[in-house]
Amino acid sequence: MGVVAPNGVGTETYFSNLLNGVSGLKHSLEMESLNLRCQVSGMPNVSQEYIESKLPRLLANSLGNRGIVYACLAALEAWEKAGLPINDQLKENIGMVFGSGALGLDTSIGEIVSTIESGNSRRLGSRKIPQSMNSGAAAHINYLLGLGGPVLSNSSACITGSEALLTGYDQIQLGKADIMLCGSTEGDGRYIWAGFDAMRVLCSDSNEAPQTASRPMSANPTGFVPASGAGAMVIETLESAIARNATIYAEVLGGHQNSGGLRNGGTMTAPNSAAVVGCIKAAIKKAGIDASEIDLINGHLTSTKGDVLEIQNWVNALGRKGNDFPYINTPKSMIGHCIAGAGSIELNASILQLYNQQIHANLNTESLNPIITDLVDSSKIVDQSKKVELNTVIKANFGFGDLNCAVVLRKFEHGKN
Amino acid sequence: MEKTEIKEKLIGIIKTYVPEEISLDNVGDDQDLINDLQINSAHIVDIVLDIEDTFDIMIEDEVIGEMNTVQDSVNIIASKVAENA
Repeated sequence: MGVVAPNGVGTETYFSNLLNGVSGLKHSLEMESLNLRCQVSGMPNVSQEYIESKLPRLLANSLGNRGIVYACLAALEAWEKAGLPINDQLKENIGMVFGSGALGLDTSIGEIVSTIESGNSRRLGSRKIPQSMNSGAAAHINYLLGLGGPVLSNSSACITGSEALLTGYDQIQLGKADIMLCGSTEGDGRYIWAGFDAMRVLCSDSNEAPQTASRPMSANPTGFVPASGAGAMVIETLESAIARNATIYAEVLGGHQNSGGLRNGGTMTAPNSAAVVGCIKAAIKKAGIDASEIDLINGHLTSTKGDVLEIQNWVNALGRKGNDFPYINTPKSMIGHCIAGAGSIELNASILQLYNQQIHANLNTESLNPIITDLVDSSKIVDQSKKVELNTVIKANFGFGDLNCAVVLRKFEHGKN
Repeated sequence: MEKTEIKEKLIGIIKTYVPEEISLDNVGDDQDLINDLQINSAHIVDIVLDIEDTFDIMIEDEVIGEMNTVQDSVNIIASKVAENA
């Protein structure tokens, strides 16, 4: 696993900050200068020095696209933690699914646009297209790793990261690869965020109080806090992991993805709830478990009015409510919504919680939405990090375009699986 | 500008684009940028842009194709710098 998140770079720092409730959200002078309603964002703290210490010289000096930088750093950490080698060999049995949201709208696009507009396009050089193509993250990661299996770049809004994991899982099941690197990224996006701001879906009431801006399940959410970052993970067959003596952080039991088709209540931005419920139920069925076995929901929960509907859908899909409802959390209160990077960054949290048998708190749970606390006992909305017995976690993301994806993960125990 | 100075500045520019295992300590004048120094051909246009900035000159597209070896490149830069003087 590897992660570059607004509140921590590297899985150890990230997880320790999640447990300790360290927020990565800050007031943004840049957004203020651009007159955005929302002036809070979450960006990973990655210095040029750090980049140079991790990436080869050519990449470290030429990558302007932050989304690709984050992707490369997360992928390298995941690769290293999986005990896989970096060398000149082509790895024919290994593939990758690395998605992104709007790589071509990373902040670095500004220089490109002004260069073209001023009639100086010959000054763009050779490195702009590879950084703005949607497969740019995967292509640069593959420059580092040398993978010869299928290399895919998915883009499905907020479900991109969980879809990347599920798509990688499918590739292995189809026999197309033994090992897959799965992940997703989103760059620092004044050009993305301004568009979301114009849609009135970003938090607008906490510009001077960034740490309370993101408050999933709150009674008075005003919108999500935009953020950037990347997450990555290496998955493989159990045989392959055991043969390599790799650290097994968790087992992917299965998952499902679908769309509400922008029908029956579903729109570009709102979910068709029947499809959400169907997706969660199908994921549980494919995982071969009963809904009663789920210990923790790692929700999508963006800190918008949609959180209420999400909880209602979880209750309906699992057939569990009140005190019988599983624990529920999301890193978003600390990192905001990393858009296409969200799924992978949050899956890192799901897996780290399983592996360490600890669940992290949601911040800003002081005034929960009463509709939510009528459905779910408030003790289930984790407000204090704690050690618990955690066997099964379900992670879901729901995205623009009426897209749903749910993945079921289980603690791995040798001999039991 | 002396050619030794041009060469020194040129080596400083191409350093970014040369694989890390290739040594630039004693680069021969006849070394080919792509075949010997293993620079990705796509990066030649980036090197040209850096040269233009460093020496305040303009290198036309037709001339780029003639920049095969270190010596070729130094000669082209020297003549452009002279034209500017």
